[in-house]
Amino acid sequence: MFTGFDVDVIQRALPYLWQGMLFSLGLTLLAMVGGIILGTVLALMRLSSYKVLTLPAGGYVNLLRSTPLILVIFWFYFLVPIAVKQITGNPYASGIGPFYSALIAFTLFEAAYYCEIIRAGIQSVPSGQVNAAYALGLNYWQAMIRVVLPQAFRNMVPILLTQGIILFQDTSLVYVVGLTDFMGAASKVAQRDGRLVEMYLFAALVYFIFCYFASYFVKHLHTRITPPR
Amino acid sequence: MDFSFLSQPAFSGGGTYLDWVISGIKWTLLVSILAWIIAFTIGSVLGVLRTTRVAWLRTPATAYVELFRNVPLLVQMFIWYFVVPEILPKALGTWMKQGMPMPEFWSAVLALGFYTASRVAEQVRSGIQSIPAGQTQAALATGLTMPQVYRHLLLPMGYRIVIPPLTSEFLTIFKNSSVALTIGVLEMTAQARTISEYTFRTFEIFSLATVVYVLITLAVTVLMEFVERHVRVPGYIGTGK
Repeated sequence: MFTGFDVDVIQRALPYLWQGMLFSLGLTLLAMVGGIILGTVLALMRLSSYKVLTLPAGGYVNLLRSTPLILVIFWFYFLVPIAVKQITGNPYASGIGPFYSALIAFTLFEAAYYCEIIRAGIQSVPSGQVNAAYALGLNYWQAMIRVVLPQAFRNMVPILLTQGIILFQDTSLVYVVGLTDFMGAASKVAQRDGRLVEMYLFAALVYFIFCYFASYFVKHLHTRITPPR
Repeated sequence: MDFSFLSQPAFSGGGTYLDWVISGIKWTLLVSILAWIIAFTIGSVLGVLRTTRVAWLRTPATAYVELFRNVPLLVQMFIWYFVVPEILPKALGTWMKQGMPMPEFWSAVLALGFYTASRVAEQVRSGIQSIPAGQTQAALATGLTMPQVYRHLLLPMGYRIVIPPLTSEFLTIFKNSSVALTIGVLEMTAQARTISEYTFRTFEIFSLATVVYVLITLAVTVLMEFVERHVRVPGYIGTGK
């Protein structure tokens, strides 16, 4: 069954694969930070009492959540260069490259998912906390930033990290616009050397080990930081 | 926005670009629905196995869920399409590569089905485990056997509890079916990209594809709300007035 399984191919490709892995991790980290910041803004908009804020935020989140990630990546791969030309006013501007359009796509896509997580997190903070903050004379922003959000984020850390693991798996989809992330690197070596079996099984193994231990860590963290009730 | 290109004859295949869009929708629905049948069947069995007290049933089910949940769908697609025919016994592998009709399509269905099964299993398990243990004990005390408890208490209640998360898994499977384009299935997203390359009407065709996915989402949501209303248990929170 595994006769002729060539470990040597994997060994020779390791430096190249490592470059790809750094790309995947970098993209995950940047999109996660951007997604959480934008997601928090969206969540506050969806929870506000002004229709001018709730409607666009709700529409954005529902639209992005019903569109496949690959289609979103294609959308931004197409739209970002046009936007750059509009902003710079130079019709010959060459865009900002596939990495940044992928980063923008992932950030905006993940923001919709983070928004829903953060909204649930904010809603899980007892309303007495908000009332008490207002009673002390804090205004909306002070109450949010000093009372509600710290408690909400403490409860949400495990779910936010789990979403980050899902995001890490999803970054493999940048393959569709030809970027060399970990999967892209594995696939290029596989095609070049005609070693599909070795490279794809190795890629699966690496993703499995990484995500398995990351989820294990998140579960451990969850039991540690859950505040006593 | 100019959608007149849809009625123009397509670059190849004889039909118009609208025919390409319709064929894309057809493949998206086919891949997703067949994969959902696999995912729901296997996921239910695995979910139930994970709640039993028998270790030799529980451990393989847990291993399956961990394995399929922690490998990206794209990698699983490639493994079903490129790797599985190579590591199977030679005759079967050759048949998969040469004799099997529509190898991309069936590889995509299997990959998406087995991947989603691990997520369905988790939902079914959490539904069953959210039923208070007192109910199981009461059922056992009235003389039901453990299989009867599953048949008459845990499964009917558990499935009703997990309808909302199962709905979102069902929605996810339609979105995830777009990953099938990486192994050459011409579903909606793939057709949108191909048409944009031939006509340069990128904005229009991507908008159309987005609308198609939004409509699928709406249709599934309405369907599942109907199911939920139909099977709800009176007297539970969230079952309405």
